[in-house]
Amino acid sequence: MQDLEQFRQEVRQWLEDNCPPSQRQPITPEEQYWGGRRGTFPSEDARLWFQRMRDKGWIAPEWPADYGGGGLSDRQGQVIKEEMKRIRARTPLYGIGLWMLGPALLEYGNEAQKRQHIPAIINGESRWAQGYSEPGAGSDLASLQCKAQDMGDYFLVNGSKIWTTAADKCDWIFCLVRTNSDVKKQEGISFLLIDMDSAGVSTTPIALISGESEFCQTFFDNVKVPRENLVGELNKGWSVAKALLVHERKLMAELGSDSPRKAVAPSAAARQYLEFVDGKISDAQLRSDLVEYDMQMHAIALTHFRGFEEKASGVRSAAPLVMKYLGTEAEKTRSELLLAIMGSRGLGWEGEEFTSEELDTLRLWAMSKAMTIAGGSSEIQLNVIAKSVLGLPQPAEK
Amino acid sequence: MSLVLDEEQRLLRDTAREFLAANAPVAALRKLRDERDALGYAPPLWRQMAELGWASIILPEEYGGLDFGFTGLGLVLEECGRTLAASPLFASAVVGASTVLLGGSDAQKSAMLPAIATGELTLALALEESHHHRPSHIATTVRPDGQDFILNGSKTFVLDGHSAGQLIVVARSSGDERSPEGLTLLLVDREATGVTCRRTVMADSRNAANLDFADVRVAADAVIGDAGQGWPILDAVLDRARIAIAAEMMGCALEAFERTVAHLKEREQFGAPIGSFQALQHRAAQMQAEFELCRSVLLQALSAVDETPEQLPVLASLAKAKLNELVKNVTNEAVQMHGGIGVTDELEIGFFLKRARVTMQIFGDTGFHKDRYATLCGY
Repeated sequence: MQDLEQFRQEVRQWLEDNCPPSQRQPITPEEQYWGGRRGTFPSEDARLWFQRMRDKGWIAPEWPADYGGGGLSDRQGQVIKEEMKRIRARTPLYGIGLWMLGPALLEYGNEAQKRQHIPAIINGESRWAQGYSEPGAGSDLASLQCKAQDMGDYFLVNGSKIWTTAADKCDWIFCLVRTNSDVKKQEGISFLLIDMDSAGVSTTPIALISGESEFCQTFFDNVKVPRENLVGELNKGWSVAKALLVHERKLMAELGSDSPRKAVAPSAAARQYLEFVDGKISDAQLRSDLVEYDMQMHAIALTHFRGFEEKASGVRSAAPLVMKYLGTEAEKTRSELLLAIMGSRGLGWEGEEFTSEELDTLRLWAMSKAMTIAGGSSEIQLNVIAKSVLGLPQPAEK
Repeated sequence: MSLVLDEEQRLLRDTAREFLAANAPVAALRKLRDERDALGYAPPLWRQMAELGWASIILPEEYGGLDFGFTGLGLVLEECGRTLAASPLFASAVVGASTVLLGGSDAQKSAMLPAIATGELTLALALEESHHHRPSHIATTVRPDGQDFILNGSKTFVLDGHSAGQLIVVARSSGDERSPEGLTLLLVDREATGVTCRRTVMADSRNAANLDFADVRVAADAVIGDAGQGWPILDAVLDRARIAIAAEMMGCALEAFERTVAHLKEREQFGAPIGSFQALQHRAAQMQAEFELCRSVLLQALSAVDETPEQLPVLASLAKAKLNELVKNVTNEAVQMHGGIGVTDELEIGFFLKRARVTMQIFGDTGFHKDRYATLCGY
């Protein structure tokens, strides 16, 4: 504990010396650096900040130093996170390579795969997309049909993947593919890394209710994928996928606490948009909804903290398994609450009559609807809790 | 601040669970109820609990206490909640002891705390005057009379009011009827002249009473803290009490939930265990998620008592409001998911349902604590 406190002091000093003041402001989506061959830095300070963090090994503090990580403990990694948060330091590099693929590759990838991909992720050289869902395989993910035919030294991939986030800007995509159709559906799936520049790969953006189109559909037409891009064993991709899903759900659960445009807290919006009488919000219903939300978020924050403490102490608990469900549901509640607090000012779609914060609020509200669907819907999360935590018997599958 | 129990704390919890399962199962409460026991708890059990040190967990060693911390007390209370063990533990060893500890003079502490630690002396806080928790709405009056004080008024929902040796009465020395200013805390012998006590038989078969005070004479040394300056003491005591009762509520909810989940696995309808039906699975999973939140809140609130008391008002209201809703929902679902047998007196689930409703009213219902939390947040 003594050492950790000293480490905290060192981190604090280093951040003080190295984080440019411009990188201590709330970040907008346009100011995020996602890396990749097509990635550009939004500013010179952003480039400097990223390079300093990369050279320090703090892009991925807990990953092995051999592959460009910091080689630090989980507790030390947490200290860095806390200290960054304290000075509101921006996240220097975004990406699901960093958040999701990297941890799974460190666990399941072979040495050559780790050497090829982990440093590239940390250095911002490769941006990754996720190829899981298909038009016919959503919640029932294991029924996926995108086919990879074993051709000896390569796989021939045909099919499509949907909800491939920002795939039009990515260099690589990790995919779940069908390599055996004659067995139980989970047992015929493999995990493949596919270069998006390969012949036969094409991507189309999908327009969403939020007006944005960050999600895409990606098509594979006779795409040749070298055999060395298979992660884990043939037909054992489902276990890699499950491990990765754990990282995805953890990430989605955490998004509520530090995603970029979260500057508007409902309690702050209340001060701006609601009438106060004698220091109290006069609308009893909104005051009640607001305090319920604040209490829920307080409890969720404490549970994140408990989950971390338990992990560090080697105690197993159900806390991490419920966080995706709770975090994303709370995010939807937050968006609905903001709309209610803003009244008609929260309904502006575009134009000069509304502030950019008001316009953002509505777009985020529309986007929040995806949070309880992506990464395993809330209903799937409840199935998982019923099975893994409560040990309830499984319904017969039809 | 740790949200993970240490080895000693886990040991205390396990010991408490074993002891209560053997000595104070729900059947013991049923027996007290059916026999209309005059005291409402079993003195031999209380003596054993005190011998285990439970009445002195939060007391300093100099007064014969274990000085084991509030989290330890919370663990024992949670286990008591699991078996609905009836005892003076909450009213006396938590509420009473905290009042003396936080507000008492050295003489009062020396005189009372060692006796509280051994379980010989039991206390009860006579606070409420209406059917809702309004801790500063006090009409009971206390006025000086020579060297003494004279007390007049009525109290309701006094936990252990008919069995405690001494009462701690909240009375008004000055100020208007709703003001926290001008309140005085007084120790009053339950047998004193002018004190009338009527036990109230309530849903949970536990102990509460209505009390009247008619020109009760109290000596000056019976005042806890300074006359007219009782509010800060009372406020701090109530936050500890809210967190402690929240711990008991966690045990009550958890036991009802675990019994229900076991039932879902055993009970078969339509040729399958009912726990395989998604309609029930999702409701059970949602309850599990709420338990995870409540567990974190409770652990944080318990450890804050000893480590960061400045956070207590917010955490106490958060804990009480969260546990109120948890115990309400879980006991309702426990009855519903048990089906027909859930509404029979034979099944113990009904005892959990009834105790839950009483605990929800102790020191603040959900509305009270939501309002307080909002006020503390500045809106």
